[in-house]
Amino acid sequence: MELLGVVSFLVFFLIQSSFFSLTSIGLNIQWGFTGLFNVGIAGFFAVGAYTSAIMTGPHYDDTLFGGYDLPVPVGWLGAIVVTAFVAAIIGYITLRLREDFLAISTFGIAVSIQLIANNMDQLTRGPEGLYSLPKPLEDLSASPLVDNILYLGVCIGVIGLVYWGFERILRSPWGRVLRAIREDEHAAMAMGKNVFAFRLQSFILGSATMGLAGALYANFIGFISPTDFLPIFTIQIFVMVIVGGSGNNLGAIVGSVVMWGVWSASDSLIAAVVSPDFQTQAAAARIVLIGLILVLMLLYRPQGLLPEKHIVSAAGRMKLKGED
Amino acid sequence: MTPVNNPNNKILDVQNLVAGYIPNLNILHGCSIHVCVGEIVTILGPNGAGKSTLVKAIAGLLSVVEGSIELQGKDITGMETHKLVREGLGYVPQTENVFAKLSVAENLELGAIHHRSSMAETREKLYDLFPDLARFRNLAAGKLSGGQRQMVAVGRALMASPSLLMLDEPSAGLSPKLTQVVFQQLLKIRDSGVTILMVEQNARAGLEISDRGYVLAEGVDRVNGEAQSLLHNPEVGELYMGGHGKSTMENVVTASATSENSTPGDSA
Amino acid sequence: MMQFVADGILNASLIALGALGLSMTYNVLRFANFAQGEVLAIGAYFALGAVTVIGAGVGVMGPVKFGWPLLVSIPLAIVCTSIVVLMVDYLVFRPLRNSNASRITLIMAAFGLSLMGRNLIHLFAGGDPKYFSFYIPKAIEIMPGVKMVPDDLAIIGLCVFAVVSLHMFLTKTNMGRMMRAVSENPTLARINGIDLKMIIRMTWIIGTALAVTAGTLQGHIFQAKAEMGFDMLLPMFAALILGGVGNLYGTVLGALVIGLAESFAVYFDLSAYRAAVSFMIMLLVLLVRPQGLLGERE
Ligand SMILES: Nc1ncnc2c1ncn2[C@@H]1O[C@H](COP(=O)(O)OP(=O)(O)O)[C@@H](O)[C@H]1O
Ligand SMILES: [Mg+2]
Repeated sequence: MELLGVVSFLVFFLIQSSFFSLTSIGLNIQWGFTGLFNVGIAGFFAVGAYTSAIMTGPHYDDTLFGGYDLPVPVGWLGAIVVTAFVAAIIGYITLRLREDFLAISTFGIAVSIQLIANNMDQLTRGPEGLYSLPKPLEDLSASPLVDNILYLGVCIGVIGLVYWGFERILRSPWGRVLRAIREDEHAAMAMGKNVFAFRLQSFILGSATMGLAGALYANFIGFISPTDFLPIFTIQIFVMVIVGGSGNNLGAIVGSVVMWGVWSASDSLIAAVVSPDFQTQAAAARIVLIGLILVLMLLYRPQGLLPEKHIVSAAGRMKLKGED
Repeated sequence: MTPVNNPNNKILDVQNLVAGYIPNLNILHGCSIHVCVGEIVTILGPNGAGKSTLVKAIAGLLSVVEGSIELQGKDITGMETHKLVREGLGYVPQTENVFAKLSVAENLELGAIHHRSSMAETREKLYDLFPDLARFRNLAAGKLSGGQRQMVAVGRALMASPSLLMLDEPSAGLSPKLTQVVFQQLLKIRDSGVTILMVEQNARAGLEISDRGYVLAEGVDRVNGEAQSLLHNPEVGELYMGGHGKSTMENVVTASATSENSTPGDSA
Repeated sequence: MMQFVADGILNASLIALGALGLSMTYNVLRFANFAQGEVLAIGAYFALGAVTVIGAGVGVMGPVKFGWPLLVSIPLAIVCTSIVVLMVDYLVFRPLRNSNASRITLIMAAFGLSLMGRNLIHLFAGGDPKYFSFYIPKAIEIMPGVKMVPDDLAIIGLCVFAVVSLHMFLTKTNMGRMMRAVSENPTLARINGIDLKMIIRMTWIIGTALAVTAGTLQGHIFQAKAEMGFDMLLPMFAALILGGVGNLYGTVLGALVIGLAESFAVYFDLSAYRAAVSFMIMLLVLLVRPQGLLGERE
């Protein structure tokens, strides 16, 4: 019985880690490989989650949409398509401009999606959220543990597929151009590469991966609401990618599992140690801590714990001495 | 007219300078030059030789790995750029050497932030030297022509009443005629008591107004001497051509003068 | 209808103050400071503390609930917040600048700090909104059909005063000129003898002063809560981009457009989507005129 408890906890933990892993891989494509910066990860994740929830979920009396009862894989495909579409709009408008405009716009999309999730009741049911979402393969057995193990298998399969696919394209000529752009945009341009198109493709690819992760999340948890997609999620992904070393997909996965482990452990610790009167303060303190970890990582180990296996070219670092 | 190269009266003394932009990738590999009070000294050398790098290092914009820099007898190696103005160093970079969005008058005032008391006086002198500056004082510097911008840049540096003025390719982008105008003004500036160290691509025009010159190649000072003697030194021509063929500076200079405008400027 | 214009102008004043602060740091430090919202919020809480200590409502001035404690609390809050901000710059941004970190790294750090700032407020001040005072002043009719609380008028006045002062500072003082020089070309500024470290500190202080003023006034007319600055961030960025990055007058104009647009969103019963409205306007501008209304093409 003890063992069973540990196993089911472990399975549950790994399933959750896989949502983060997939999202981290998505960010890695954008930031690690192309140098694009996404501050709206939670937003893209939410778009995927809501899309799949609406496509696969039940009929609600108070919404205009829903009740389509589509198979889960179709919902996931839909999540990919819709997220890609949102990313394409943002990317098309901002990727030609200064790099921080992309950051600001992705931030804007996350805020806007949060507003839609909270207020557009006919679509998202507001704070009450969408519930009773179907989980694939759940009819195969009566045991929740078996269900979860099966779902973990699905997650691992999806991650494996995405990982394999990305490793292949990143090693292809396309991936080499991406890296060249990150290292030295002007040199890449001089080589006759359409930098904008490459960036846009990379941005869409990464965001669609985040959307897929959101869909996987929605169909596992079975219930989504706006509080699942707060800015802290974005920060968690930053930390995971940095811990794993940006530009390294395996690192992104390892970073996600490790950091989600730390997060869950601190959760249990707070529940066990802190008196109920101070739980909210403890929760705030924990969020402060994750921000602190991010800042400390940027300061002391920007290359991450598992840095990318290649040397940054000298051209990428040519700069004059700083102010002190 | 020609002050002697009196080694006891050095205003700038650079010894075995090793420096670069990136750690472990030095551009200067032991470069030594000096400038004596009252001189005009020109640094020559092929594109990419490290001329701009040398003046940037003197101006404190790069970390010095080895060697020393003395200005008026004081060791300024590693001193922060913004402190050098008060040590008497004026520097006009090769590119982006004016604040384009600010007016000419504002550019000049910025040159004098540490010399507020004498500002009005210096400015009047400058307006005498460069009447265009007075005429366009309220125009944004970016709206001026290349030659006028160069005057703003030089004027800005002079506002701090420097003892040593360093100019990186003051004739870049100027017509031969304008180059002559600028160089005549440099002579006047020198005669008013400012020592000048300049980098020049246009070797003949540069050497004509100079007392001495250095030829840099691959980050090392290879040849130096009186301006006139450099013009006839075959070694110089060879350095300039990167070792291809033998020619004196005269030939190179004539060759480079005709292709002057098509020479790709470096993008330091 | 006119009432919404009046409300929009009030809203715009607050956005303008915050966005000008953002613009200062953007121009000189060259990165989008995602933590600017928290500077605003922390400032409001410091001011709240000061008002509470001094004793709110001690000196109500005429029809305004303002009172001298509020006016005193703003400079106090600016000093306290500036110390915090300068410390953060010293500990986080300065080392990043010195290691030639990319803009992306700076933005990430700012985003992390923003999360920390909000939750530190939660930690120390609790999650409930806080009120500066419970005295409710009477609205007066300034035009037929347009009513405003005297405080709001005073706030608009204060904002106009702040904007004009900033303008005078940047164009007429030596320090202001130096700041403009650094924002255009930091290397050339150093060559001119400008101490970049000093300018950076000044920039943080001015950006902070503007944000704290905006935060305190906002807290005064509405309430103070941890998310108050974060919620303002998108409108502030939108104003900045709309006006043209680097152009302070453009920023003010941008704030006016965003403020009015948000107010009309309320008019059309879309108040829940105010922030999204500013985002839409921002995207539209980036699409058709990326340099902004008054910005110059690069
Ligand atoms: N900002 C920079 N970062 C790195 N390397 C540079 C930079 N500027 C110039 N270099 C390199 O330093 C060398 C010397 O350049 P420079 O001093 O500008 O030559 P020049 O003699 O034409 O003025 C060149 O190889 C150039 O590529
Ligand atoms: Mg040069």
